[in-house]
Amino acid sequence: MNLTLTQKTKPMKTIKLNNLSRILTGAGILIVSAFILTGCPSNQNMLDTSDAAQKVYVAPGDYDSYYAFLSGGYSGQLSVWGLPSARMLKVIPVFSQDPETGYGYTEETKPLFNTSYGFIPWDDSHHPHISQTNGNSDGRWIFINANNTPRIARIDLTTFETKEIIELPNTGGNHASSFVTNNSEYVIGATRFSIPYEKDLDVAINSYSESFRGALTFLKVNPESGRMNVDFQIIVPPFNYDLGRAGKGVSADWVFFTTYNTEQAHTMLEVNASRNDKDFVAAVNWRKAAELVAEGKGKTMSAEYYHNYYEGKQGFAVSKVNNEVTVLDTREVENFIYYLPTPKSPHGVDVDPSGELLVAGGKLATVIPVHSFSRMIKAIENEEFDEFIDGIPVLKYDSTIIGEVENPGLGPLHTEFDGKGYAYTSVYISSEIVKWSLETFEVVDRIDSYYSIGHLMITAGDNVNPEARYLLGLTKTAKDRYLPTGPKQNHPAQLYDISGDKMQLLYDFPTIGEPHYAQAIAAEKIMPNSKQIYEMEENDHPYALTRITENRVVREGNVVRVYMGATRSHFRPDNIEGIKVGDTVFIHLTNMEQEWDVVHGIAIKGVPNSEVLVVPGQTKTLKWTPTRTGIYPFYCTAFCSALHQEMQGYIRVSAANSNVPLTWVTGTN
Amino acid sequence: MKKNSRLAMGLAALLLIPLYFMPFWSIKMSAPQYPGGIGMYISIDDVTGHNKHDLKSINTLNHYIGMAEINKEDFKEFEVMPYVFLVMIFLGLLAAFTGSYRLTFTWLILMVLIGIIGFIDFYMWGYDYGHNLSPDAPIKVPGMSYQPPLFGCKQLLNINACSIPHTGSIFLGLSLILASVVLWKEKK
Repeated sequence: MNLTLTQKTKPMKTIKLNNLSRILTGAGILIVSAFILTGCPSNQNMLDTSDAAQKVYVAPGDYDSYYAFLSGGYSGQLSVWGLPSARMLKVIPVFSQDPETGYGYTEETKPLFNTSYGFIPWDDSHHPHISQTNGNSDGRWIFINANNTPRIARIDLTTFETKEIIELPNTGGNHASSFVTNNSEYVIGATRFSIPYEKDLDVAINSYSESFRGALTFLKVNPESGRMNVDFQIIVPPFNYDLGRAGKGVSADWVFFTTYNTEQAHTMLEVNASRNDKDFVAAVNWRKAAELVAEGKGKTMSAEYYHNYYEGKQGFAVSKVNNEVTVLDTREVENFIYYLPTPKSPHGVDVDPSGELLVAGGKLATVIPVHSFSRMIKAIENEEFDEFIDGIPVLKYDSTIIGEVENPGLGPLHTEFDGKGYAYTSVYISSEIVKWSLETFEVVDRIDSYYSIGHLMITAGDNVNPEARYLLGLTKTAKDRYLPTGPKQNHPAQLYDISGDKMQLLYDFPTIGEPHYAQAIAAEKIMPNSKQIYEMEENDHPYALTRITENRVVREGNVVRVYMGATRSHFRPDNIEGIKVGDTVFIHLTNMEQEWDVVHGIAIKGVPNSEVLVVPGQTKTLKWTPTRTGIYPFYCTAFCSALHQEMQGYIRVSAANSNVPLTWVTGTN
Repeated sequence: MKKNSRLAMGLAALLLIPLYFMPFWSIKMSAPQYPGGIGMYISIDDVTGHNKHDLKSINTLNHYIGMAEINKEDFKEFEVMPYVFLVMIFLGLLAAFTGSYRLTFTWLILMVLIGIIGFIDFYMWGYDYGHNLSPDAPIKVPGMSYQPPLFGCKQLLNINACSIPHTGSIFLGLSLILASVVLWKEKK
């Protein structure tokens, strides 16, 4: 009944690729034996159905007590749910175009998708993180990372709209992101796939060890506006930087990143990056690093990265290109970053509410290692180093480790905390959640997940003051959990009650995309600040209508601008003539309503673009270059009112050489 | 009049001052689509929404049934009323200062007259507002008019409209009661 057997399995050192089948067989036997050796299996432990139903039931018209933000994974978006009912409230489009709202299709939002590689309409969003004040989620903004073309987005939680996207320079796979420090001083990013740091460097892939580098990115957040900028990057050895977390309390000046592939493999990582007995947790004193940068210890390197944001309250997002970045190279500057040896390709690194314990989930480890922050500081002071890697001191494992959780199941990944002395770790391969004591490091409870859990999330579970109400397990496959929907099922999530000693399964529901991390925040931290409208008098969009009577159509050469207003239940103007084939037409539609949730939209026949949905007091722009003459009906896409079906109009498009005068009317038949 | 009566009459006059700072009447409208309700406040010099944009919403809704827009500028009353009450405050203070029973009595009569005229004016506006409908109205319900209630609640299509006094009226009421008590005491 203990796992040291598998732990002591000899590291496989001389494996060749043609032995792959042997390895896979071996791994299979390993997994099976681990299952057998894991000890008492966890169980479903579900409440009596009616008790569970009562605990998730939120009566019609009543509100949930938590907002939960679930990353969309390969959907690129961020979904918002109420807990405990698991009612979906909204999908916030972030890194993927959204024809439902026109996000990424309107002229206002298109610039948000600009990168140094051009317009990219999709990404893979993994780790939402709510801005913090004193180590607790404050509900002002939520940040989320793009994994593929490295970016970080900021969503304003008064409007639930994406307001900013910034690209990370010289980074491959921004996975250890977008975690914030205790007072949102910084949002972090990191390279998961090390690449040559020099921009656009064309080298042989097998020059990995010499040419490739990792980059840890620190984005400074403006405390008033939330606007981000790349303050500095740290150039580190070419490992894979996997996940990160800011410290809190005693460790608030630090951030931690896990690494794997310290083997520096560049092919068949499944095997080649799983050899080392220990990889590292990188501990970065961000305050020290920022000071070093301020003292001019960094160097400026060329880069190219886009920063897309809104300059005013509304209007068009702008794209600014930055061409340089300040970097700290560990080979040149020291005493701000350290490596903590950590078993077997650690995935998550999570910090307990006091900031003292660093929990690493070793994907392939048989224990959950727990480092002590104060022991780490002492080891640094006493220079208890094994070696240096590119100037980074590697601390002795025994100097920092304070406990190893035995028998945690197979494949521990992520940990969150209940603030009552317990940690909850998701365990992928054995598909369960284990609850263990932060004092004894012993497992006290375990429960099944359906199936193969990735991240888990506790209500305020990464805060200095967690709220031990609910735990959400975000799982990777649904298989038979719901009515079948063909070969692909949506990814599930399970809600557990963790208010008592034993975890209890309450609910199981399908989500959108593939949720990785998620965060939940008490409803009262967001609800009072949620905006009902955009104030018309504050509309600073350059093509806004402030009064519907000012509607007009203006021709500037081949460009035709329609200043259109929408109100219940008509467009002004709704009959437009004098537009010609080859013109570039901009429909600037202002929703003149000042009433919550009264939304108008516009769709025009044959326009190769999405519809445009406009919320009250906002202006959005549809660009259209007509290619055929004729009459183009348009209509309101949102059922806005009793006479919604009457909310329509016509645009006449004439031949390029015609002399139909430009006219616009409303109301005179 | 006795000193206490004069003081009380002075107070009655001063109790009209809050009318410059708060509405004295409220019309609240409830409908399924407006769970929080919308409505308007009437004060001696203004008409405003319960919430910032309620007046706009009311006008938007009313255009479907052909009702005229409510605009502050269209009401002569809002220009006249502040002066009327200024005169009344002055007269009230004069009555208190001189201790004239007759002036106090005249003041109360004038106040009651203003109230009656006010209600008649309000009724006439409501009648016109509810009956004088645009022939182009998209929604026409035969025989239906939309006159808001003078006092109390009334169902108008999907909207339940309630017309009730608001905080300013409390001060107005106290003022009238105080003046009446003064007259009653002095009569004895």
